[in-house]
Amino acid sequence: MSAVEDVVTEAPAVEAVPKRSMTLGYGTSLVVLAALILTPLFVKNFIIFQMTQILYFGLAVLALNILTGGSGQFSLGQSAFYAVGAYTSAILMEHVGMNYALTLPVAGAICFGFGFLFGQPALRLSGVYLALATFALAVAMPQLLKLGYFEHWTGGVQGLVVTKPDAPFGLPMSQDMWLYYFTLAITIAIYIFSVNLLKSRSGRAFMAIRDNEIAASAMGVDVALYKTLAFGVSAGITGVAGGLGAIAVQFVAPDSFTITLAIQLFLGMVVGGVGWLPGSIVGAAFIIFVPNIAEGISKGLSGAVFGVLLFLVIFLVPHGARQVAIVAQQLIGKLKKT
Amino acid sequence: MLSKQKLRIAAFSTAVIAFTAMSGSAFAQKKYDTGATDTEIKIGNIMPYSGPASAYGVIGKIEDAYFKMINEQGGVNGRKINFVSYDDGYSPPKAVEQARKLVESDEVLFLFGPLGTPSNSAIQKYLNSKKVPQLFVATGATKFGEHKDFPWTMGWQPAYQSEGKIYAKYLLKEKPDAKIAIMYQNDDFGKDLLKGLKDGLGAKASSMIVAEDSYEVSEPTIDSHIVKLKASGADVYFSITTPKFAAQSIKKVAELGWKPMYFQSNVGASVGSVLQPAGFENSQGILSANYAKDGSDPQWDNDEGMKKFYAFLAKYAPEANKIDGSVVYGYGQAQTVVQVLKQAGDNLTRENIMKQAASLKDFVPDTLLPGVKISTSATDFYPIEQLQMQRFQGQKWDLFGPIISGEVGG
Repeated sequence: MSAVEDVVTEAPAVEAVPKRSMTLGYGTSLVVLAALILTPLFVKNFIIFQMTQILYFGLAVLALNILTGGSGQFSLGQSAFYAVGAYTSAILMEHVGMNYALTLPVAGAICFGFGFLFGQPALRLSGVYLALATFALAVAMPQLLKLGYFEHWTGGVQGLVVTKPDAPFGLPMSQDMWLYYFTLAITIAIYIFSVNLLKSRSGRAFMAIRDNEIAASAMGVDVALYKTLAFGVSAGITGVAGGLGAIAVQFVAPDSFTITLAIQLFLGMVVGGVGWLPGSIVGAAFIIFVPNIAEGISKGLSGAVFGVLLFLVIFLVPHGARQVAIVAQQLIGKLKKT
Repeated sequence: MLSKQKLRIAAFSTAVIAFTAMSGSAFAQKKYDTGATDTEIKIGNIMPYSGPASAYGVIGKIEDAYFKMINEQGGVNGRKINFVSYDDGYSPPKAVEQARKLVESDEVLFLFGPLGTPSNSAIQKYLNSKKVPQLFVATGATKFGEHKDFPWTMGWQPAYQSEGKIYAKYLLKEKPDAKIAIMYQNDDFGKDLLKGLKDGLGAKASSMIVAEDSYEVSEPTIDSHIVKLKASGADVYFSITTPKFAAQSIKKVAELGWKPMYFQSNVGASVGSVLQPAGFENSQGILSANYAKDGSDPQWDNDEGMKKFYAFLAKYAPEANKIDGSVVYGYGQAQTVVQVLKQAGDNLTRENIMKQAASLKDFVPDTLLPGVKISTSATDFYPIEQLQMQRFQGQKWDLFGPIISGEVGG
């Protein structure tokens, strides 16, 4: 659990520069943004689809990052919120006939409520115990989705097929490209919201709770409220990510949202750097591409190869992409001086 | 952040890309579609090499070995088969990603034998909208043969509903006054087979079935369900189960001293992985149905088809376990697709591949039971529809009665 140590040992560093360390510099942000906007114009639809995957997985990792990196709570149950979001979108689109874009706020709101409620009992737990409680949620979710009572809506084990939206206003774009830009817009909006949230009063309250709960409550922070709020926000964003995932993949089924997904998201957070929001995208790219690379190296031993690669990353850069970014920044700084 | 000019450039280049993509597909319509050339046919496949269903990954390995053998023998009509198989870990979203990779990045001619109902459901719509054949899917779910809604998707093994119907036919003939208790797995496989059984029993279903119970794959044991079913006083018992639970069921029924007429679904009827662990003494007289030869059954040792199969295993897949039903399965499936490619000749378009797959006439792979034949037509997308009843005696299955068909297509 290097994340545990991360939160503990990294705390002083965050204290020194609390705001800037969460985000990228202004110039770097623009370069990344330009790359995200322009790349799809020059690549195949399949690559665009993969980039869309990175974006919505990135959102889910970002949500976990707010919860763990921000308020210091652990969750292995993100896959459950993701599933609820995905199913909400899918059911609203296929059974109610709602527009795909409108289903996302609904998915977010439902997951926010779900997460907020789950945050109530979670208040009594901390650290690894909380991780276990959320783990139970993730394990239960696929079976709940299979239950006969909901089958009329969820399609049971067969899942639900979702129709992919066409580009609106007759834009000359493929479905994939439109969906990519749509996802990108939502991702940027949520990213900006998250950065501002963590910079705000609530964000400082989250971090105060993370660093020292007793001190935070002594300062007048309503610990219970902010802890559940962090859960709610995290679940809400995960729900939106789930909804986007359902639209992009065009299919939801209980088997899509197993505990493996929750662990992948956790992995993405650690690889991206705990508490460093831009790292979420890097983490998402890691969980999507590295298994494919591992499979390319050896089909029979893909799991083992993946393990070795992961081990290397954790061993060489224990603080994930954030560490790489800091080193890069220092190098550039040196080059500028000379 | 973007100037208007940049946006205009972006829109323009999008249009250019869309245009070139369209003209590209019009150009390729001569004799070959993407994935086929004078020297090579590229076939895509998705298998759960990792994850909860990784035991089935053997099918992909056997198919790969089979194509290697075909290539060493000169290929199909002079073209080598390039078999690209990816892992989806039995996860539907991953299957979508891999299917898109195969179609858009590797540019395969068609997808052959992707495994699992959830994964195939996830990619069905995509492949049909792209008009890429999803040929011989490795699942018995009945929905993969609906030629009207999904003209680019075809199954291979007997649909689970066919199997259910065959048991119903047999039961109505042998024991029309039966009191039936049913145990089924709560997923698409269990429900599909159950539906076939009930459809087969027709109007008598509601009076004949006295008890029904289901279990989740995640349950450690199904013993308590069986005790409940026995209490219903039924004299016929259906075990619609997968291997682990099939073995548990056989053991528990014997332990309880219950002696019903026992039906075991085909997926859980392997000698090596079910009946042997459950104990041969507990398995006597169990009924099931089958369409393929059992690789571990000595009665096929001198069978022409199985001799070829054993020779193939010895040379190309020496590490494969012939007791494993998946080995026989992969061989038969690969042989069927090679037949389709042979029929397609030099016209290797996706449309023609689908057309040839839908015009197989009495094709007999080496590993199917004598009398079971593969036939398809433009309105019949269920290749294997025949099964034969079998009874377990001593240490092997004894086939008996005629080849019965349980058509669900049409």
